[in-house]
Amino acid sequence: MLTANNSTKETPSSWLILSCLFFLFAGCESETAVDKATREGILLMGNTAEPKGLDPHIVSGVLENNIISSLFEGLVVQHPSKDGVALPGVAEKWYPVNKARPDEWIFELRKDVRWSDGKPLTAEDFLFAFRRILTPDLASDYAFMLFYIKDAEPFHKSQRAYLLFRNNDEFPLDWESLKKVDFGPNEKADEKSFNRLGLDHLDSKQLEELKKEPGRFTWPASVSEDVRNLIIDKSLEFSNSGRDLWDLIEFGATAPDPHTLRVKLNAPLPFLPEITKHYTWFPVPKHVVLNHGSIGERFTEWTKPQNLVGNGAFKLKSWRFNDHIEVERNPQYWDAENVGINGIRFLPIANLFTEDRMFYDDLLHVTYTIAPELIEYSRKNYSQYMRNELYLGTYFIRTNVTREPFTDPRVRLAFSMALDQEAIIDNVLQGGQKPAGGLVPPFGGYPVSSSVKFDPERAQQLLAEAGYPGGKGLPDIEYLTTDKETSKATAEAMQAIWKKHLGANIKIKQMEWTSYITNMFDKNYDLAAGGWIGDYMDPLTFLDMWMKDAGNNRTGWHSEKFENLLDRAGQTSDPQARFKLLAEAEGIFLDERPILPLYWYTRNYLLHTDVKGWDPLLLDNHPYKFLKLQRSADAPR
Amino acid sequence: MFRFILGRLLQGLLVLLALYTITFFLAKAMPGEPFTTEKNVSETTKQYLRKLYGLEKPLWQQYIIYPSKIISAGDFGVSTSKGRPVNDIISQSFPVSLVLGLGALTFAIGIGVPIGIISAVRRNSWVDWSLMAVAMVGICVPAFTVGPLLQILVAANIPGLKVAGWGSPLDFLLPAFTLGLVSAAYLARLTRGGLLEILSQDFIRTAHSKGLSPTRVILKHALRGGLLPSVAYLGPAFAAMISGSFIVETIFQVPGMGQHFVNAAIARDEFLLMGVALFFGFLIILMNLASDILTGLLDPRVRIGKEAS
Repeated sequence: MLTANNSTKETPSSWLILSCLFFLFAGCESETAVDKATREGILLMGNTAEPKGLDPHIVSGVLENNIISSLFEGLVVQHPSKDGVALPGVAEKWYPVNKARPDEWIFELRKDVRWSDGKPLTAEDFLFAFRRILTPDLASDYAFMLFYIKDAEPFHKSQRAYLLFRNNDEFPLDWESLKKVDFGPNEKADEKSFNRLGLDHLDSKQLEELKKEPGRFTWPASVSEDVRNLIIDKSLEFSNSGRDLWDLIEFGATAPDPHTLRVKLNAPLPFLPEITKHYTWFPVPKHVVLNHGSIGERFTEWTKPQNLVGNGAFKLKSWRFNDHIEVERNPQYWDAENVGINGIRFLPIANLFTEDRMFYDDLLHVTYTIAPELIEYSRKNYSQYMRNELYLGTYFIRTNVTREPFTDPRVRLAFSMALDQEAIIDNVLQGGQKPAGGLVPPFGGYPVSSSVKFDPERAQQLLAEAGYPGGKGLPDIEYLTTDKETSKATAEAMQAIWKKHLGANIKIKQMEWTSYITNMFDKNYDLAAGGWIGDYMDPLTFLDMWMKDAGNNRTGWHSEKFENLLDRAGQTSDPQARFKLLAEAEGIFLDERPILPLYWYTRNYLLHTDVKGWDPLLLDNHPYKFLKLQRSADAPR
Repeated sequence: MFRFILGRLLQGLLVLLALYTITFFLAKAMPGEPFTTEKNVSETTKQYLRKLYGLEKPLWQQYIIYPSKIISAGDFGVSTSKGRPVNDIISQSFPVSLVLGLGALTFAIGIGVPIGIISAVRRNSWVDWSLMAVAMVGICVPAFTVGPLLQILVAANIPGLKVAGWGSPLDFLLPAFTLGLVSAAYLARLTRGGLLEILSQDFIRTAHSKGLSPTRVILKHALRGGLLPSVAYLGPAFAAMISGSFIVETIFQVPGMGQHFVNAAIARDEFLLMGVALFFGFLIILMNLASDILTGLLDPRVRIGKEAS
């Protein structure tokens, strides 16, 4: 056997050299990344993931909002510390034409607003932006945020027949009676029939085909042949004319002069300025967008770093895919001298633990969230940076009211009353969430509901009344949730709680995100985890999703009484009376309880004490221009 | 030699076609579609989106269109989840993964091979056993344990080293080490095994009896043959290292390519998924070929020209 004692002496030397280099470099840096950034006035912000893009008309997420709100500015701006208060943005004044019935608003724009390339910004840019997000070809996920504007919805949904005939005296029928026709796409129709596409979406060629073969489209029996032919002929005529549906509508938004924007709504909306804070209402630079493509083109280069032009307090400086996006001061911004920081660096940190460790290691000013497992640790070691704030969102469990046993409201109530909210919050979630007393989370002015309460005895009683005493006769119930660790822990806690109080057998079904969503859409569940974050500061953002045809309902529940109340509230201008009607609607909803509210969200995150002017806001939409960065004595480490 | 390479490349094309076919149909078999979001997206909008991405066409057409676009224009399609061309995503993330992979390779070879040699030379001694035990641990402990441990124990205590991030020159050290560790452990075991086999052969005894120094015998005569198993392993392992790792990238916040394999599948982003899968397949084929050629150069017994004929 061979022995070679000294044979490998030289090989580990490369490793040695490397480690030496390692310590040499290590010695160089004494200022932490946060110290340096504070000195330079750059906010370092964890932002969870790479944005889908920076086009305000294409994206639909919170993380995109964080970036877009630095690059663009809407008509009004969120107040830095007061929820629901609007400060002047591009508009310096705004008011309803008729105070008693705020269904038409005027926004007076500043005369000194410019795009970051120096071109003046006018009301025309707003009109262009509204038309663009509503253009069907652009297929914006979030276009419905503008459906309050008159005729926005029929244009976006390409409702050709409706627009052609609604005001047409020659049309023999009342338009209401045509509701059953598949003008829009019918997913359930046969793949080869035109019902699948929807009559309004057929092009000239398809309409010609339809004329030859009327069997390709199924009409409801109530529509006579004459009406059918009239609709087809006129649709064909319009389609052949090459005109755009835009020419047919009486769009609510107009610009009487370059510095005035007039918005006519479908119904009174006393909180319209709140809605315009959302990025779907932001202007986009017409001259830049059209320079890179047509109005309905989705993938053009106008949002590339070298092309992007905005009107926000900041402009894009650099964008390295999946690494960072950095914005810097926009000298063209109308209020540039009052912007408190020089820039923001957004970091797409997907791993929650990594994000927290980066904060502990002085690499971030603010995190997107905290890993639930690190909340306790952060509280102990970094308490001065811990933020636990109420957020405008509700976590709930959907029930499928089309399936036994949840067809019976008593069973739904029983499951809700047996849900020990506090036990789950204290032992499982540990994030300081608030037990949900109702659907709409608490915020200024609106009477908060407290009808959801833990009451196991009453729950058992209700279950017995429904024919399942002590849980006898209850089928196995499938609880659909996501594949996150916390979802599993919450599901297991509820499984135990419902077993204990109701004798119910719950089967947990965890699925990854898209499958979970798909199953929920298809109502393929008994109970399903869910939640909703408000889009704007009004109870309506939580209530109108439970209307019969609302896409996010997914429970199968609907109630005429509930919808009537929402309708009435929609026609009521007095804020107190309106809130009363909405609260009444919420009461009806909670009596029937198609969802089981669990908790009101809180946001847990870490915020460095160098950041000044960052106050709790229910929508977490901190306006960056009011922030300041100042060295504070108690840096971590 | 030329015929061998050409033959291998043709085989590679078939492999890519099979890979494409499997990925395509698996992607189609997933429940849901790219436009499934929690937002209330109307059916009309979804129809426009499907048209935009060509997803409304019959399956067989879609199956043909994608590769023909790649061949005719080098176009891997547009990612539905990132809203940008797949070509962009690969061209921006691959260089990062390449740097990280080269770093990992350096660690793997720099640590694995010397350990393997020492173990082989000191066979059945406590040095051998302890080194092989360490290697076993290296194979068994997953990156999602090693990574955070390095962050907490090393990065947080050495100023200048960041727990995560990419951009400054030292940022590649910890992720590259984490990524290279498993390969280093494999390499140590493969080198030891390969070397032990060679060391028992006659020509080594001859070299010793000629009076060559033990170092020279090992490095000059034995290592060449002893490294063969390692070289065969390194081809595909290197391809895996430079195509990124989901775990290492998310732990250390590295903008590499590995995360797209997982995220694209979750987001039902079939173009990105097929793009990165095909690119990875291509790399594997290339690296396998390279390691075959290298084996031929190292081992005169493998004559590449003959093998092909």
